[in-house]
Amino acid sequence: MLRVSSNPVLDTVVKLVATAVAMFAFVFVVMVPLYDVLCDALGINGKTSGQAYTAVQAGVDESRSITIQFVATNNEGMPWEFGPSVTRMVVHPGASNDTVFHARNPLPRPMVAQAIPSVSPSRAAAYFHKTECFCFNQQPLDAETATEMPLQFIVDRDLPADIKTITLSYTMFDVTDMVSGSIAAR
Amino acid sequence: MLLKANRLFKLALGPVLMLLSLASAGALAAGSKVNQVNMSPGATEVGQRIYDLHMLIFWICVIIGALVFAVMFYSIYYHRKSRGVTPATFHESTKVEIAWTVVPFLILIGMAVPATSTLLEIYDFDDAEMDILVTGYQWKWKYEYLNEDGENVAFFSNLRTPQSEIYNTESKGEHYLLEVDEPVVIPVDTKVRFLVTANDVIHSWWVPELAVKKDAIPGFINETWTKVTTEGIYRGQCAELCGKDHGFMPVVVNVVSKDEYADWMEGKKAEAAEVRELMAQTFTMDELMSRGKAVYERNCLACHGANGEGGVGTAIAGSAIATGEVSGHLEIGINGVPGSAMQAFGGQINDVDMAAVITYQRNAFGNNMGDMIQPIDVYNHKRG
Amino acid sequence: MGAHHHGPAKGLSRWLFTTNHKDIGTMYLWFSFAMFILGGSFAMIIRAELFQPGMQLVDPAFFNQMTTLHGLVMVFGAIMPSFVGLANWMIPMMIGAPDMALPRMNNWSFWILPPAFLILASTLFMEGGAPAFGWTFYAPLSTTYAPPSVTYFIFSIHVLGLSSIMGSINIIATVMNMRAPGMTYMKMPLFVWTWLITAFLLVAVMPVLAGAVTMMLMDIHFGTSFFSAAGGGDPVLFQHIFWFFGHPEVYIIILPAFGVVSQIIPTFARKPLFGYDSMVYATASIAFLSFVVWAHHMYTVGMPVAGELFFMYATMLIAVPTGVKVFNWVTTMWRGAMTFETPMLFCMGFLVLFTIGGFTGLMLSIAPADFQYHDSYFVVAHFHYVMVAGAVFSMSAAVYYWLPKWTGRMYNETMGKTHFWISFIGFNITFFPQHFVGLAGMPRRIPDYALQFADFNMLSSIGAFIYGASQILFLYNVIATIVAGKPTSEEKTWDGAEGLEWTVATPAPYHTFETPPQVK
Repeated sequence: MLRVSSNPVLDTVVKLVATAVAMFAFVFVVMVPLYDVLCDALGINGKTSGQAYTAVQAGVDESRSITIQFVATNNEGMPWEFGPSVTRMVVHPGASNDTVFHARNPLPRPMVAQAIPSVSPSRAAAYFHKTECFCFNQQPLDAETATEMPLQFIVDRDLPADIKTITLSYTMFDVTDMVSGSIAAR
Repeated sequence: MLLKANRLFKLALGPVLMLLSLASAGALAAGSKVNQVNMSPGATEVGQRIYDLHMLIFWICVIIGALVFAVMFYSIYYHRKSRGVTPATFHESTKVEIAWTVVPFLILIGMAVPATSTLLEIYDFDDAEMDILVTGYQWKWKYEYLNEDGENVAFFSNLRTPQSEIYNTESKGEHYLLEVDEPVVIPVDTKVRFLVTANDVIHSWWVPELAVKKDAIPGFINETWTKVTTEGIYRGQCAELCGKDHGFMPVVVNVVSKDEYADWMEGKKAEAAEVRELMAQTFTMDELMSRGKAVYERNCLACHGANGEGGVGTAIAGSAIATGEVSGHLEIGINGVPGSAMQAFGGQINDVDMAAVITYQRNAFGNNMGDMIQPIDVYNHKRG
Repeated sequence: MGAHHHGPAKGLSRWLFTTNHKDIGTMYLWFSFAMFILGGSFAMIIRAELFQPGMQLVDPAFFNQMTTLHGLVMVFGAIMPSFVGLANWMIPMMIGAPDMALPRMNNWSFWILPPAFLILASTLFMEGGAPAFGWTFYAPLSTTYAPPSVTYFIFSIHVLGLSSIMGSINIIATVMNMRAPGMTYMKMPLFVWTWLITAFLLVAVMPVLAGAVTMMLMDIHFGTSFFSAAGGGDPVLFQHIFWFFGHPEVYIIILPAFGVVSQIIPTFARKPLFGYDSMVYATASIAFLSFVVWAHHMYTVGMPVAGELFFMYATMLIAVPTGVKVFNWVTTMWRGAMTFETPMLFCMGFLVLFTIGGFTGLMLSIAPADFQYHDSYFVVAHFHYVMVAGAVFSMSAAVYYWLPKWTGRMYNETMGKTHFWISFIGFNITFFPQHFVGLAGMPRRIPDYALQFADFNMLSSIGAFIYGASQILFLYNVIATIVAGKPTSEEKTWDGAEGLEWTVATPAPYHTFETPPQVK
């Protein structure tokens, strides 16, 4: 075994300290990124990709119809009016679909929001591709104004056959303070 | 031998009580019983399977435990120094060691098989006939029916037990802490899918007799399902520590016949339409005050006290907000105070209730402002 | 190292600057007992509030602070330091070493502990109160929704984690380098073996806990979003990291207890431990398995079914090495010539209660059934059966077992046995009914409960008061022994005892084995 010191006690101590430091680093450099990778790959928690989907599907599978449910939730302290324009859609795998969510900031000050998507069943997350989504970016909104936020998505042709309904949930978080905090820090 | 007697008593106690509960479980239907000692098979097929699995593992443990303890107490009794025995000197046996490694392993495989099949059944979400979005709030639940016609119905479900019962000034009712102002209603023999999420911290939606427990995680959506075979009222609670009033956010599920459910749903839709209509009405002071009092007790009292004296929240009696500008008061009621426990109630209670409760706060507790707020005022405030 | 035969320094500086393993061991033991009383008094407040339905004594927010601090103080303040104290006292004496390998670091690892707990306890008096998010401090309740005192909580976790790591490094360095000639690894007493493995676990997972609280700190103060969904993080990640630490932590608590029991049962059975080798392998397998089972604490968070199955199977496997241990202990007793002095009684109590706790653990490992057990009082009952029976009973056994060697005085046997019976009965009255209310649907960590749980809760509270009172008897007995116990100078207090610690004078001199013994 590798010896780092001729003093056996010191040798043991150095190795153990190194182990402890390595384990501390392990949390940050392995566990966190690994968890994200696993979530993306396995759809743990129904997390969907934060990147726009650019690949092309092999065509539209007209033989299958999938019901998409839209759900909108405001996180605590979020006063926006926020919801889907339609609560459900029936789509074919492979086809590109459009819808909009509307939002309104009722407060007399500008705010910034971030929508966090989550898909259920979580197995479906990997097959639910967003080509355009308001959740990719933070959404600023001026005082007392309303907006329509587009969502464009494709359901993968490889969606497991037993999945017939997909629920797409957005939770709207108020990130105004986070954003202004990071601006102030700069 | 005191040791032995106590041991025997303890050994006997568990199974005997479990058996007693088994005997009683058959005779009684829905509802957690007084001094119930065992899991309830509940009112679903999945619950029955979980219960059977639980009892299987339980009896395996009892049998192994009885064998181990029998050997132990045999030796405690017969291999005592006071009986003049000389100790043996053996200290290993590979054969025995292998045996008691392999045999438990085989028993474990025997347990894993039914456990796996039950788990797979629980994870079979297919063919749900209806969906309900369950959202955990500090400290209440919101239910939103995602109806196929797109006309969703949503409401909050608050603890109904009054503070006077909790703080022992009144005697406690039968369903103390397990009663809500508005239960979630589902039809019998229908596979209902629950989408579970949270608004603030992690909660967990648990109804023992529906064999359902799922964590509600802010920003993420979880799913679970149930198919109840017996009509009745089933009660549960939040199972994940979620802050101060974690113990005070029960779940009540009212399982009714399919027809009753259809009627109820119609009623809810009509009610929503009625609220829309009420919005346009003008109320008298008395109407606002009596409605406001009820809304206050449901939503405000836990933090602001029965007499507006404050508590976790600030005092309302004589407060600058309740005795100041109406718009400032409305602003806090509707949009809350970000970063504090004061939530934005604008999305939680309708404009009629908001108008009533603001009116109530401004005129009760000695505030006597004399002003009335109408639903249209709330509406206008929201629109700016 | 020169063989200066000097006794301890006088006064306070003896304790402040000591590098003597026995002094430091003593300080750890007294400190942990003080924490045990503190954590116990929090438990008494919890049980007093739960004595009957309705809120009587405390408000729900304070109740949550009590459950949180009870857990933290018991796990990190009472149980872990008590075993470190025992390791300090016994490991050098068991392996024939003059002291720990790193005596000065040993002093430090103790003395940073009291300030850490002082800070933690002081959060009770802070604005917004003490941490109230449970000892598992799940985000976002412990981050976005935490009281301001959370920063102090994080700091104290860092300090006590550092203390544990330093203590463990010391133990590993001692065991690996300071064994007497002839003391091969496979001749080491099992207590030394279990502590060696425990120390490796500590070095591996305490930094993970430090990582978790560091992330919390960054989320709270530096605008990162490890655990906040709003910034792309995930609260469930916290649980994965916490339990990656937390499950090995459970074995950190229980493995030294296994070691103690493996020392004591052979002594009073007057028969060598059965299956020494398999005990070592079983301990190592439990330690290894502890790294791959963490998510069994999280069956309800919504993992994919494959994950549930993996963690279920891995967790069930732990029953095998744990079973081997129990079978070995029982077989050690088989055809021995047993007597039942207080240490043996506590070991018997351990065996019975730990086995019951092990069975409920097996039940909890079954994922589909866990959907009903999870976060109910069934879990509370389970982990008190393994933690209290495992750690506290074995620790009591250890104190009675080695107290004559430490002090040169014999404790009062009648009082010791009374302590055992009161705590055994009190313990069972407290925790056995909690299985029932848990199965019937009572969630854990609630300050008030529905009426159908009232009788069992009252019973449980009565048991808790009995159990709590029995510890006063323990304290009295120990102090009475130190002050006025019957002097004994027999090297071997117990006629069946084996091991190097029984070859030195009684009471153990301030310095032992300055010339290493030869082990056959």
